Amino acid sequence: MNPSLPFFVLATLSVFSALMVVLSRKPVHSVLYLIFCFFTIGGHYLLLNAQFLFAVHIIVYAGAIMVLFLFTLMFINMNKELEPHKSNLLKGAATIAAGCLLLVLVAATKGAETLPAISKTSDIGTVSNLGKALYGQYLLPFELISILLLTAMVGAVMLGKKDVE
Amino acid sequence: MFSLEKLVSIIQAWLQSTLRDPWAYVVVCVMVGVAAIALFAILGLMLVYMERKVAAHMQIRLGPNRVGPMGLFQTTADTLKLVMKEGLTPDGADKFLFNLAPFMVMIAAMLILAPIAFAKNFQIWDISIGVLYVAAVSSVAVIGILMAGWSSNNKYSLLGAMRSAAQIVSYELSAGLSILAIVILSGSLKISDIINSQADGWWIIKGHIPVIIAFIVFIIAVTAETNRAPFDLAEAESELTAGFHTEYSGMKFALFFLAEYINIFIGCAIGATIFLGGWMPFHIGNWEAFNHVMDFIPSSLWFIGKTVFLIFLIMWFRWTFPRLRVDQLLNLEWKYLLPISMVNLLVVTLMAIMGWHL
Repeated sequence: MNPSLPFFVLATLSVFSALMVVLSRKPVHSVLYLIFCFFTIGGHYLLLNAQFLFAVHIIVYAGAIMVLFLFTLMFINMNKELEPHKSNLLKGAATIAAGCLLLVLVAATKGAETLPAISKTSDIGTVSNLGKALYGQYLLPFELISILLLTAMVGAVMLGKKDVE
Repeated sequence: MFSLEKLVSIIQAWLQSTLRDPWAYVVVCVMVGVAAIALFAILGLMLVYMERKVAAHMQIRLGPNRVGPMGLFQTTADTLKLVMKEGLTPDGADKFLFNLAPFMVMIAAMLILAPIAFAKNFQIWDISIGVLYVAAVSSVAVIGILMAGWSSNNKYSLLGAMRSAAQIVSYELSAGLSILAIVILSGSLKISDIINSQADGWWIIKGHIPVIIAFIVFIIAVTAETNRAPFDLAEAESELTAGFHTEYSGMKFALFFLAEYINIFIGCAIGATIFLGGWMPFHIGNWEAFNHVMDFIPSSLWFIGKTVFLIFLIMWFRWTFPRLRVDQLLNLEWKYLLPISMVNLLVVTLMAIMGWHL
């Protein structure tokens, strides 16, 4: 068996589900495809032997954030009639803007150096190694991110409060 | 002495001597799958029977007592009835998602079975992230419940699914934090390491008060996560007919029903594993004779016994506490349990650093 076969199966599935997120007509289906996409990306983590990253990815994205997405989408219950109609000018502008973003992203990744693949037996993704890297080498960025998250949380609570003067 | 470990090694040795390499592996996989499904069926039947008997005796009734000796076959008869029933799909439903949802919930429940140690060295997959894997997979069940509620095209189902999901997502936090307390004490996420760290005493005994607090929080969270009374708002009959599975009938309903009981079992099995020592027998200090008697009891019986005790505890809750309101439910989690378990986690960390535990 080709050793990169699992990768290609997973990659095909993730690209397919990512496309279906954009192409499916019902918003709830989009979110479900997005969840599926996250699972396939989690599978890629598993292939790299980063089990901790896989678990956290599933807990945070599939288990928490996407559930909130589903919540809101199920309650606003979008219909064809209620869908706001955009003019052709706006549609064209959106296409060009998205195309430009794609161009920038492709241009940015083109110049990037190719890293050698991590061997499947390496334990670089285990919890203890990840913890040592986060609290040793990358301590400052890690703590800064936690402050950023705390600020975002306080901001969300402030916005969510009804009776703010 | 009966031991599942010996049984497995005999079967494995026999398979490896008779079959060539990839096939022995395939046969082992099939056997594990069949065993898991059989376990599910037996668990479902026994837990429903146990629930009805426990409920009956708490209310000074007899419970099922007509079908078979002491009503043992009552649940089998009920299952047969459900299998015979027509599985309706409502007209306005999203057909694909409606039919997929029960399997999603069931598969999520089945996947959690993998890292649970049923006896000494008897485990399907001793993954290195053990308890995190359990948390990750159990959060997937929420998606199945939301899918069921939304695709039924019924407002009771949708409201039930929303309540159920909100409850599971929020109580998962305190369940996770109380599991983390033990992870800090034992220094590993791996289930087998956590059990081995309890060889000289279960965590609930040698972890002092902080672990007892974590255990209580965990039991409350498991009760809430499995949508059981007093947290059964998701299927409050008087308000929502039957919650997210209102529109389901026949075997698809049975799958939800089964998944619910399997989730109770899994929650209690995890609780028994991390707080009560899994398959570790009960030992008291230097009482050699007593310890030897305890060692003689098979490890599988220890595990099943602890798990059934926790399940009984959860069934007991149902007939002890009245149902909470939605706001009380969310207040309990976010204003009491979560802060308590966070502070508790800090205390446990301090305990682990200073080496205050036994």
